[in-house]
Amino acid sequence: MSIRVGKTSKAPDFPIAAVTALENAQLRQNVHHATEVIRNKRALRVRETADWQELRNAAHDIKQHTLKHLDHYLIEFERNCQQAGGTVHWARDADEANAIAIGLIQQYGGEEVIKVKTMTSDEVQMNVALEKAGITPHETDLADMIVQLGEDEPSHIVVPALHKNRFEIRDIFRKKMSLPHLTAEPEALAGAARQYLRERFMRVKIGISGANFAIAETGSVCVVESEGNGRMCVTLPDVLITLVGIEKIIPTFQDLEVFLQLLPRSATGERMNPYNSLWTGVRKGDGPQAFHVILLDNGRTKLMHSEMERETLDCIRCGACLNACPVYRETGGHAYGSIYSGPIGAILSPQLNSLQYSRTLPFASSLCGACYEVCPVKINIPEILIHLRGRVVRDDQKTISGTFSQMNLAMKGAALVFGSRRRYEAAQRLGRMGQKLFEKNGQLEHLPGMAGGWTRFRDLRPLPKQAFRDWWKAREAARPSPESEPRP
Amino acid sequence: MSASPSAREEILSRIRAAVPADRSDEPENITRTYQRIGSLRRETCLDLLLDRLADYESEILHVAEESGLPAAIAQALNNAHEHSVLVDPSFPAAWLPQGFDIVPDNNLSIHAMNGIPAVVTTCEAASASTGTIYLVHGGPQGRRAITLLPDHHICLLNRSHVYELVPEALAAIASHSSEPITTISGPSATSDIEMTRIRGVHGPRHLTVILYGRI
Repeated sequence: MSIRVGKTSKAPDFPIAAVTALENAQLRQNVHHATEVIRNKRALRVRETADWQELRNAAHDIKQHTLKHLDHYLIEFERNCQQAGGTVHWARDADEANAIAIGLIQQYGGEEVIKVKTMTSDEVQMNVALEKAGITPHETDLADMIVQLGEDEPSHIVVPALHKNRFEIRDIFRKKMSLPHLTAEPEALAGAARQYLRERFMRVKIGISGANFAIAETGSVCVVESEGNGRMCVTLPDVLITLVGIEKIIPTFQDLEVFLQLLPRSATGERMNPYNSLWTGVRKGDGPQAFHVILLDNGRTKLMHSEMERETLDCIRCGACLNACPVYRETGGHAYGSIYSGPIGAILSPQLNSLQYSRTLPFASSLCGACYEVCPVKINIPEILIHLRGRVVRDDQKTISGTFSQMNLAMKGAALVFGSRRRYEAAQRLGRMGQKLFEKNGQLEHLPGMAGGWTRFRDLRPLPKQAFRDWWKAREAARPSPESEPRP
Repeated sequence: MSASPSAREEILSRIRAAVPADRSDEPENITRTYQRIGSLRRETCLDLLLDRLADYESEILHVAEESGLPAAIAQALNNAHEHSVLVDPSFPAAWLPQGFDIVPDNNLSIHAMNGIPAVVTTCEAASASTGTIYLVHGGPQGRRAITLLPDHHICLLNRSHVYELVPEALAAIASHSSEPITTISGPSATSDIEMTRIRGVHGPRHLTVILYGRI
């Protein structure tokens, strides 16, 4: 069994990876600019939607209901898709999904495929598997192309090349498309991509897509996109292979009315994205005449045991939580070391894979709650982050080094101190005495040990000479007794 | 084949082992308190659609009667300096303009379609609040490829098919839910470069909507 989320079996430690990102001024500027634009657009579109909260509630309800009955809806989807001429495959993990895809491509005699942006394919690292099998994948989404041609990694769920500005994109295209005179005008860059890909769209006989929604009631698949590359990939080839995470199922066609209102506004701040494609199995004379769906687990069923963790699977991959997150906006996506970055990545990747995959991602958050507020399906990300932090700590406490770690001892000590008034007051007295060693100009500038991590970047106000509870005690003592006070 | 359970059985049993034993909740319990029926007057609803279409930089033409359609299609083609136009063979001949090279899609190859600059189709519905046109493919709305490869899509929209809200428009096409459907909101675009919406990548870079019929 090999559950895989992205390239490596382990994400780098976030605090270390973040430093590299923070030192890259260009990247920070690009991420700042892009997230600022998208946040403002989203806010504008959400504000004009009078029933936004009602839509969020309905989306949350639909997703929770579906996951609770997922076996039923998957079987219903399978039946309807096959009845319409599609073939449904099931994959327990990344390797199984890749093996099915490669088997199909070889069966149809393909040596190259055109792909429309799918995070799920990045999750299972399908491109790497295809290349190993001698199959050339062509990414066709503009941002995915920038990443693929630039031999880079995606840094955002919706806009994978968000960390690149127009000049960097121009340089990649100049080199890889042999267009030495290409300018950095966004229109020129989009035009270059159009020309570069049109011939491939016409030539390549096998398409690979993901799915934004798979509808149980009809067996249909829905792809949400902007550029038209999605329409090309699901319409022009002879064979279409669609990789679908099992959590992408929605019960009915009618449910689209909720998600098609929430997703574009949350993802790109548009009232509606330019194109949505919906198709059901095979349609004679229109589109691919062979259609295969791969239903992928890859760790998803592990999240279904607890109600709280299950909520993670509600995600519709809009990326709003990334754009809203004060941590993501500073570091960009690469620091997360996972294909899913930002707040949703911090909860999704370690759960799909295992806590061993990243023990630092659940801590890559200030818990400010901005992610929860913008989430169109109301995933309580901060609550899940705290829950995962708890799991990491309980795990750590099982080992000797974890038990005697500075953090664990400090926290145990804090629990002891906060547990009794006597101990708390004693600790305050002790602290007031001890801090004299570190006080300078009325501030604590350098604390020892773990606390030094805090004072490395910030000054800390020392404990006041009189604590609040001392002040309160003194005040109470000075007041006349309550009995003598006139009642209002 | 090995005797181990199939991937299908294994995934389904993992789900059944995970979800709570009590699964008595019904889909009817989902709270759908969001707006599902529009509240605007017809004229206001139509104005809203025009505003949204213009926001996406679509070209908009108006005709009062069906008899005005050939002239409007001619105008859209002339505006774009185009001389040939692709249509589905079932497209009403009376609506087509004279003096242009009309190419019926008699199972054309994608290479043949790719060389034709424009396509004209009807559509099934529109939602004003989002400026979205709904194509149910087949008949005069064409198969999917014909509205994809030409660079200019001219779409005829009957005013009586304009709904205010997305739920209303989807309900109007729900009886076709198993047919190929494409929703179109303005010309092809991307936000992938610095999050700025740029018109025109792979799909048609020009969209003309011709409104006809009674409100």
